[in-house]
Amino acid sequence: MTSVLYDAPGPRAKRRNVLLSVLFLALLLLGFWWAWSAMSDKGQLDWAKWEPWLADSESWTTYLLPGLANTLKAAGLAMVIALPLGALFGIARLSDHRWVRIPAAVVVEFFRAIPVLILMVFANQFYSDSTDISVDDRPMYAVVTGLVLYNASVLAEIVRAGILSLPKGQTEAAKAIGLRKGQTMTSVLLPQSVTAMLPALVSQLVVIVKDTALGGAMLSFAELLSSRKTAASYYASVIPSFIIVAVIFIVLNLLITGLASWLERRMRRSKKSTGAVVGPEALENLETIGPKTIRMDHGENTGGGFGGGTA
Amino acid sequence: MFDFLEDYDLLEAFWMTVKLTVFAGIGSLVWGTLLAAMRVSPVPVMRWFGTAYVNIVRNIPLTVIIVFSSLGLADVFGMTMGAADDVDTMTFRLSVLGLGAYTAAFVCEAVRSGINTVPVGQAEAARALGLSFSQVLGLIVLPQAFRSVIGPLTNVLIALTKNTTVAAAIGVAEAALLMREMLENEAQLFLIAAIFAFGFVVLTLPTGLILGWLGKRLAVKR
Repeated sequence: MTSVLYDAPGPRAKRRNVLLSVLFLALLLLGFWWAWSAMSDKGQLDWAKWEPWLADSESWTTYLLPGLANTLKAAGLAMVIALPLGALFGIARLSDHRWVRIPAAVVVEFFRAIPVLILMVFANQFYSDSTDISVDDRPMYAVVTGLVLYNASVLAEIVRAGILSLPKGQTEAAKAIGLRKGQTMTSVLLPQSVTAMLPALVSQLVVIVKDTALGGAMLSFAELLSSRKTAASYYASVIPSFIIVAVIFIVLNLLITGLASWLERRMRRSKKSTGAVVGPEALENLETIGPKTIRMDHGENTGGGFGGGTA
Repeated sequence: MFDFLEDYDLLEAFWMTVKLTVFAGIGSLVWGTLLAAMRVSPVPVMRWFGTAYVNIVRNIPLTVIIVFSSLGLADVFGMTMGAADDVDTMTFRLSVLGLGAYTAAFVCEAVRSGINTVPVGQAEAARALGLSFSQVLGLIVLPQAFRSVIGPLTNVLIALTKNTTVAAAIGVAEAALLMREMLENEAQLFLIAAIFAFGFVVLTLPTGLILGWLGKRLAVKR
């Protein structure tokens, strides 16, 4: 493999690369050996600590699967509620009327600037003060509320980027055939931008899934991380439980990321889409997203522009 | 109305947030750049390690990492970060470690995308002069890459500032923990929430504006 940064290796470079590989591998193995021996010193490698997770279904049916179900339920609910809200605010930010545009922008920027945890803690207290939601349900409500408030504002930005990524000609053509503003938005711009931003929407799910863990640590929401805690104290197995939970999260999120990039590839390929595809990393580059840069990016697809960043 | 504030040290809590952000920010910048260098290096093992690290760490919730650094690293592995007797210092350092390790994955991706924006001709010209890989990377590519990724790095920094609240999960006395404590003791829900929201807006908004302006100024015009 050759790259911009180096030529195909000659004999000396080959020797150096082998040497570096060996050194680096040795370093890795040293780290691995340290972790391994520390774990075996503390008895974390005993089969007794792993057995409940690997050979026993009870730990899964009693602890992990209900936790995972709660994680997925909170994430799914948050996504479903935040999507229409986000679309509304994203469109409002593009309004021609200043009195719609500016409040929408203030709301979106405000909730984007505040940590999700702060929103969750606030929602938890709010529900306990002014509603009669039962103590058992409250953490779930609080987590979903926090996630919705934050992610609706992020989704609003994705929607805005998606609509802005469409070529100007789409709006002009709609105007030319006499569509009103609302009609232009609902029957021309939105349907097209949905395909463009689908990958970004899906990969936002990863962020939501990860943030549910906050509820487990701070609000006693019975999701995966807090069910790990209960199970770990029952089986007296700290490290294995962490490893199992981490692996579940990684697999789940890799599946979502895989879905997002599969969608992205499909949409780039299909001839139907007019604008660019707003990839998972579009948000980070939102400042630079204007119709102009997007089209440039679209032209340089092969060079791995903004969107294709997820390896 | 603001009387109850005298019982709490708001500035102390936000100062902790700032300290967490600064230390974890420096750590993640160094480690993230190293990871990015590994991911573009000619040595396959390093490339493999960089890719694996980024894909694994990005997909684990930060909360899991922070809780693990307390219950796993400190309790089981005995990594007390040189402060075994002082719990506050230890949890602070562990949080910085966890935040840094997590944020580095995002820094790495930002820096790598910056490396991709440097035109091939720059590196080719540098190689034609006889510079080695590390010289091409250190003298030609990375300086240009950094100037073009100030924007994305700013977003990573802002995300890090907000993420420091997760340290509350292991009891670091920062803003989110103080907010929860205040909400439990006082009946001023909206006022307290507004104060903390305002605190975070004050921390993140100027960072975004200043660094965004700097990024536009410093970006290599092509």
